[in-house]
Amino acid sequence: MKKKGWKELPEGAIIPAAPTSPEFKTGDWRIQKPVWNEDKCVHCLLCWLYCPDSAIKVKDGKVVAFDYEYCKGCGICEQVCPPKIRAIEMVKEEI
Amino acid sequence: MAVKNRKRMALTGNEAYAYAMKQINPDVVAAYPITPATEIVQIFAKYVADGLVNTEFVPVESEHSAMSACVGASATGARVMTGTASQGLALMHEILYIASSLRLPIVMAVVNRALSGPINIHCDHSDTMGSRDAGWIQVYTENANEAYHSVIMGIRIAETVNLPLMVTLDGFIISHEMEVVEVLEDQEVQEFIGERKPLYNILDVDNPITVGPLDLQDYYFEHKRQQVEAMKYAKEVIKSVVEEYNKKFGTDFPAFIEPYRMEDAEYAVLAMSSAAGTMKEAVDLMREKGEKVGLVRLRVFRPFPFEELREVFKNIKAIGVMDRADSLNTMGGPVFNETRSALYDLETRPKMMGFVFGLGGRDFPIEDAIHIIERVKALKEGKKVDMVEYIGVRE
Repeated sequence: MKKKGWKELPEGAIIPAAPTSPEFKTGDWRIQKPVWNEDKCVHCLLCWLYCPDSAIKVKDGKVVAFDYEYCKGCGICEQVCPPKIRAIEMVKEEI
Repeated sequence: MAVKNRKRMALTGNEAYAYAMKQINPDVVAAYPITPATEIVQIFAKYVADGLVNTEFVPVESEHSAMSACVGASATGARVMTGTASQGLALMHEILYIASSLRLPIVMAVVNRALSGPINIHCDHSDTMGSRDAGWIQVYTENANEAYHSVIMGIRIAETVNLPLMVTLDGFIISHEMEVVEVLEDQEVQEFIGERKPLYNILDVDNPITVGPLDLQDYYFEHKRQQVEAMKYAKEVIKSVVEEYNKKFGTDFPAFIEPYRMEDAEYAVLAMSSAAGTMKEAVDLMREKGEKVGLVRLRVFRPFPFEELREVFKNIKAIGVMDRADSLNTMGGPVFNETRSALYDLETRPKMMGFVFGLGGRDFPIEDAIHIIERVKALKEGKKVDMVEYIGVRE
């Protein structure tokens, strides 16, 4: 994307639209990636609750997917997944 | 500089400023008291209490909060004013930059007072000179009458270019001394300032926007470049607003500089604010003795009117520049430094020297003004002078 010059940008450094955060794909910050094991998952939804990027997709009360466009790879989901379950594992991101 | 056939009131600088604020009737005033500016918002708070204005008055817990509240209010499109001095302005410092970068036309009275330390409450320009690079338009006024009219013009200027603006008056010398002020009618003020047309409104829920997002390596520079352009535009706007005001109300305020007896002058002094009044007297006395000396009063320091100064000084042989603040850079004060820089490109460069005077409210009597003229004359004649001389200080 070609960035706008000072003559084209809105004055006052405002962003004249909302919401704009969906356009900010934070997934490329990731160096570790959560891998979800659907067979082990008990759908307690702790990961969904704690995920700071709303990157865990839930449908009808069940985890259905991880959204890697926004997941920053922070590893919180792995930490909060109950120890007896361990349905999420952080692995090195392969580019 | 008198307004013809106008209502005349005996007012101190602070009273005149507060009276202008009453006629402007801003939407929001957020302020914290500080000597010698306290009276401005104190008198204004009484107008609020008496129901003479519709302003939302926010009595905050510090100047940092005052300017923060002004920024928030101004971002909703409200017309916002405040007043402060010295330490109060220093405490606002970081928010001054926020106001200008968000392009919020807040208009503020700054009653010039020395910055601590050592602690002092009297006049010098170290406070506003400390905020000279904060992106605010700065107007320095000579007397209460000029301060009053400059506030009204200031609203129009600030809201046209979308930059904050401070009108300064010398602490105690102007803020507390009573003068005749020729005021406009309320209706005239309202018609002249019109309605604010904001760049944006943060409370417009139908058109949501983000104000103050993180602005890193890839955009910050562009937004600073826009501020430079806004300051260039401010020069055009100041000129046209002052001209329109003079035409409409029969005043004769200068836009950027006021040349005084400069017609055939060979050497000159550049001064700001109340000291220019004393210097006019000294120039008159020296003119009676046949000296070809003139004065230029600098009224707007930001944006810096370098083109006007080049024009007025192009045939002048020697110039003395007065600063009521020292940059502590061992080469004088900011007015001297910037004026010297502005004149560097002249075909025939004048000789120049700086004078630092009046720090911490040190009196500036006519004898000192004459002494300055004599020193500039010595400079013109090629005699040895210091690059910067300190006036009125004990050795």
